[in-house]
Formats: sequence, structure tokens, C-alpha cells
Amino acid sequence: MNVQTEPKRSKEELIEKLTQPDLITGSEILLRSLLLEGVDCVFGYPGGAVLYIYDAMHGFDDFNHLLTRHEQGAIHAADGYARSTGKVGVCIATSGPGATNLVTGIATAYMDSVPLVVITGNVATNFIGTDAFQEADITGITMPITKHSYLVRDVNDLPRIIHEAFHIANSGRKGPVLIDIPKDVSAHKTIFKPVTDVSIRGYNPTVQPNKLQVDKLIKAIEEAERPVIIAGGGVVYSDASKELIEFVNKTRIPVATTLLGLSGFPSAHELWLGMPGMHGTYTANTAIQNADLLISIGSRFDDRVTMNLNGFAPKVKVIAHIDVDPAEIGKNVKTDIPCVGDVKAVLAYANTKARPAKNEAWIAELQDNKVKFPLKYGDTETELKPQFVVEMISETTNGEAIITTDVGQHQMWAAQFYRFKNPRSLVTSGGLGTMGFGFPSAIGAQMGNPDKLVVSINGDGGVQMCAQELAICAINNIPVKVVIINNQVLGMVRQWQEIIYENRYSHIDLAGSPDFVKLAEAYGVKGLRATTKEEARRAWQEALDTPGPVVIDFVVPKGENVFPMVKAGDTISDMLMGDSE
Amino acid sequence: MTTTKHTVSVLVNNQPGVLQRVSGLFGRRGFNIESITVGESEELGLSRMVIVTTGDDNTLEQISKQLYKLIDVIKVVDLSANPMVARELALIKVNAEPIMRPEILGIVETFRAAVVDIGPASIIVQVVGDSDKIDAMVELLRPYGIRELSRTGATAMIRGSVR
Ligand SMILES: Cc1ncc(C[n+]2csc(CCOP(=O)(O)OP(=O)(O)O)c2C)c(N)n1
Repeated sequence: MNVQTEPKRSKEELIEKLTQPDLITGSEILLRSLLLEGVDCVFGYPGGAVLYIYDAMHGFDDFNHLLTRHEQGAIHAADGYARSTGKVGVCIATSGPGATNLVTGIATAYMDSVPLVVITGNVATNFIGTDAFQEADITGITMPITKHSYLVRDVNDLPRIIHEAFHIANSGRKGPVLIDIPKDVSAHKTIFKPVTDVSIRGYNPTVQPNKLQVDKLIKAIEEAERPVIIAGGGVVYSDASKELIEFVNKTRIPVATTLLGLSGFPSAHELWLGMPGMHGTYTANTAIQNADLLISIGSRFDDRVTMNLNGFAPKVKVIAHIDVDPAEIGKNVKTDIPCVGDVKAVLAYANTKARPAKNEAWIAELQDNKVKFPLKYGDTETELKPQFVVEMISETTNGEAIITTDVGQHQMWAAQFYRFKNPRSLVTSGGLGTMGFGFPSAIGAQMGNPDKLVVSINGDGGVQMCAQELAICAINNIPVKVVIINNQVLGMVRQWQEIIYENRYSHIDLAGSPDFVKLAEAYGVKGLRATTKEEARRAWQEALDTPGPVVIDFVVPKGENVFPMVKAGDTISDMLMGDSE
Repeated sequence: MTTTKHTVSVLVNNQPGVLQRVSGLFGRRGFNIESITVGESEELGLSRMVIVTTGDDNTLEQISKQLYKLIDVIKVVDLSANPMVARELALIKVNAEPIMRPEILGIVETFRAAVVDIGPASIIVQVVGDSDKIDAMVELLRPYGIRELSRTGATAMIRGSVR
């Protein structure tokens, strides 16, 4: 199988075949239902409880199934697929240990509102509750980290449950939905009746906004002198990037984008301020601290953004909050103008009314800050700096690549120094901050975007948490470029230990890491290394010229820190500026 | 903001695990549960939970909004925002040597409670009322020696035709 697999049948043929009322097993119902939901790729790992399902997949080629080397790889891949395409990501695991291996990935998706349908097997219905071999109460374990979950007890419920699961996962505030299927249910036969409509009493996410509230927002904009937008992941997830740009062009309100919002607004826009928060730009943080009107759009006032709430936006007179999830409004910050609704719909309506704010002096002040306090680092010709690597990737890909990151310093440098152009071009674990996410999520992103360049930026620590997935890149020729920013330490932890724990470097040394070039080669993947700028340019070009997967080990000095930095407990006015101070 | 007691009624789909979802949400988000009762509702397939909780207005708003996020939750009503009737039932097994019984029965009578079991040295008293009444009853019986106490927690409804 190859990434570029063409569908074997036309869509009509497929639907005709799939919707026949045949007597089939739960497993076949599952596969047919997945196809009817438009699934073209699933990531999974077999085991006793899902063997009927895998048996049904034998010789089945209507969608791709990628056999990862760890269930964690499968769910992060499904997550990367979902974030980069906007479609629902699907993964399959067996019961017990297979299911519990998914937990980190489910929590990751839940925190960042990523639509996933997670299918787990369970022991047969009559064994449930008996501590049977490989039994785990996975619906119970994952209750706090799923949007919803199902334990299927009757094969006749399967078509409805699967259809509902896709609907719930990808509507309103998106999120992972788990379907736990006992082994006997996957074996039982019934007449297949596809379900195409969905009605779940009590579940009706608000899409269209209350117009009076949006009108209030428009009025507040007219009265504001120092308005600022904080745009978050909701902009990306509701495909509202265009509407946001139009809104900004009409109102001329400057925009700070959170980590998850980064790709939702072009970095090149004159009114872009950068990322706010702990490692945000001076300009974005200062703008928020001086704003009189703050408009959060699809962003939830996460503490990595607001830092100490007691000193957050002290001069603000009005806070407006646009969010599809009413529970986010007022959760962390008192809101004056709540606009519940799908971000795209809210902005589309707002755009019919929006007029420029009277804030030219304010814009001039912020532009001035952008020039005076840019993101910088101590670049030299002799050393290879991590920020240089990101800048190089940004320039050579012209902002057109899909970037996935792991978690740590490299993640923040990618956020700071990559110039994003297109929505869904950044895939990163924001809410949970999951190490091990970066590389497998790139596999999913590549499966969902076979024609795009996918670059995964990792630390030498986190890449070792899911490096085994190199195998599936090799076997399936998935052309992900795996960048390792190798500083030989757990860099972000080192930074905290240096700044907050007085240089007491406790257990951060990654001595004993493999030779990453050899590791790649052991899996049959090309491996390259660079220790100077010159080598870096050459290796990166070689990677770009290589049609298949490549691992590039960029060896950088340890000790480089991410700035600006706001220490936990401080307000976003208290930025440490580091080298650029 | 002031913290007050609230009685929240939650209409839910009668699915396995729904009680765990609701109580788990309270625990996870640090909301307080003073009591929780569940039973069938007027509609087949739906159950009603009545939860007594404490919190300020913001907390109460979050409780309601977070509950609505659960797919199985259909309706959330803060009963205490309206005139309501709340009732709790308690069974109290109290020491009652024959010579003490007239005194105890006197208390039972005044509270319009009932004796539902008599043993050689104890009786079981059943009392229905709002939580304050039950507290008072318990306090009065305490001097005789309470052997066992079991309370149901409140169930409640809005009076008359409000809503
Ligand atoms: C699964 C997991 N474990 C621990 C952490 C805590 N943590 C955050 S950043 C970090 C260091 C990451 O080091 P590395 O992968 O080398 O990246 P760098 O910071 O050096 O770029 C750690 C341990 C985490 N985020 N996720």
C-alpha cells in the first residue's frame, strides 16, 4: 500500500454496495459504517478482542489501515489526520492494554477539541465485570477525557451508534468519542440497516449567534480605543480563517494568536501581533495588558495564555467571548459580551456589520513595538542554533508545509519562528502538552494530505517516546521529514531548572540517546546529521530532495533558552526577555 | 460572591454510566455534592437526578453549563431559584427500652413521623420532610442513642405552575 492509493471503486458503486440490507456481522457493520462516514484511513493495532474486526479487514482495501507499532502512535496519528484535514480521525485498539495505551492520546485530543472516533474492543458481554483476561473498563477510565462514549451491548445498535459518534465528535465543540465493542457484538450477525439521520435529544449545539450580542460587540468596537483580538484553535477548527481575516481587515483590530490559533491567521498580516502568554511576544502581551476591549475568538483563556489572572488585562473595560461551547464563557474570565455560536457563523454575521475601530494611534504604537521588540536570538556563524533551524525550514518551505511539533523548547521555537500562512498547517499538542505526539501526528497529517510537505519538529527527548513509528513510514513510504532539534537534554525542563530552580539540573541529561541517523537507518529510513549552519542547509536540502521519509538530526548546543518567558505565577507584563533584553 | 445552597434538577437519558458521568463531573471540577438522588421520571427512558450543592452564582452557572455538555443530560433546572418543595426521607434506629418509649413516641408524634419497626430495645422511626426538619428530629433523638441513621437526600420540584 502507498499513501497515494486510489479508491478501488467509484463513490456511487461503493454506497450501492455498502447500503445493501445484508445479514452481516458487527465487524462488517463497523467497516461499512466507517466507509459510509467517508473514512479513508484508520490507524490501529489488533488483539484478541478485535480479531473479528481485523478478520473482516482481511483483504479489504476500501480504506487504508496502518498498523502502527504502538497504540499511542495510532491515536496520535489519527489526531494529526483530524487536525490537518478537519475530518474525523479514527483508530482501533484491542481491549485492556490496547485500550489503556490510548488514554494519553484521547486526553490530548480532548484538551484540544479534536474530533476522533476511537474504537476499542472489549471482552465478550458475558465476561464484562468479571476481571476477565484483558478486560479494562475503558469507558469508565476515559469518561473524563471523552466528549461521549458508548459501550455497545447489542449489534443492532451499532449503525446508529457509529453515526452518532461521528456526529458528536465533529459538531459543536469537537472532541473524541469512544465506542467500546465487546467481542461477541463484533461477531453477532444482523441485517444491516444503515443510519443516515441523527437525533440526540438534548444535544443541539448552538451554531448561529444571538444577533443582539454580536450587535453589542460591534458597538463596543466602535467605542474602543485599544481593542485586541485573541484568536484560538476554534478559528482553525471551524474553518473560520477567511472570516477572521475579513473581520480584521474591516475592523482593523490587531490579532494575537494562541498556540493552537497560530495557523488560523497569517503571520505576514500587518495586524498580527504574535502569540500571547508564557512564551508570547512582547507586542502581543503588552497589547493585551493595555487593551480596553478584548475579544476572544475560539480561545478559552487558558492559563498558559493569561498566566496570573489577577494581573491579566488590567485596563480592559469590555471582554467579549466568541465560543461554540457556552461553558467556556465566564469559566476563567468574567465576560461582558458572550457570543455563543460557531466561530465561522458568528464572524460571518459580524462581518456584515463591522466597521473600522478608531484606533490608528493604537495600531501605530503596536507596530512600533513589533519593530523595537522582535523575537530574536543570538545567531552566530559558528554555532547551529535551534531558532535558525526553524527559520530555515520556514523560509525554504515558504510557509506552505504542514508542521507538527512535539512538546518542549523546539515547540515554542516552531511557534515563534515559523511563519504560518494556511489554516491547519500547525499540528501541536497545546492543552495537554503531550511529549511523543509530534512524530506520529505527522504520519496522520501526511496520510490526510498526501500532496503536502509534512515536517515534524521534535526534541531529542520526545522523539524517543514514539520513534518506533519510523517502521510504518518506511514500509508505507510516508514521506514525513522528521526534524530532531538535538540539544542532548530535556531542554524545556532544563530551562525551568535554570531559571526557577537555580541551575539545579536534576535528571535532564539525555546521554544514552541512540545515534538518530543509525536509528533511522535501522528502520530503513534515510538519516542525516548536521552540526553547523552549512551542514544544516545542505542536509535540509537533501531531505527536501528525497521523495521518502527522512530523519534529520540537527545537533545544537545545549543551554539555549526560549524567550520571552513569563514565569508561572507572574502576570504577562512580567516578561523575561533573555538575550534580547 | 456569596455561597448558598442550591437544589438542581437534572433530567438525563437513562443510560448505563450516566450517574457516573454526572457525579464524576462534580468531583473532577471541584463542585460540591451535598446529596444526590436518582429515580425514574415521568417519561420512560429518562431519569431525574436531584442534586443539592453549594456555591456562588458563578459556580452554579458553571455547574449548569458543564452538565449540559454531557450528551445524556437533557435539562438542568435550578429549583431553588423558584418556590419549590423539597423532601427527604430518613430512617432512624434509636435505642428505646420500653420505659423510654412513651417519651420517644411523643417526639415522633409532634414531628408527624412514624414508627415503622419495634424491636426489644429499639425502634425505627421514619421521618419525611425538608432537610431542616430531619436535622431537628435527629437532634432530638440523639440523646436516646441513635444506632443507625440512613437519609435519602433531597428530592424536589417547583411548586404549582411555575415553568
Ligand atoms: C509525556 C510527557 N512527559 C513529560 C512532559 C514534561 N516535559 C515538558 S517539555 C519536556 C522536555 C522535552 O525535552 P525534549 O523532547 O528534548 O525537547 P526540548 O525541550 O529539548 O526541545 C518535558 C519532560 C511532557 N510534556 N509530556
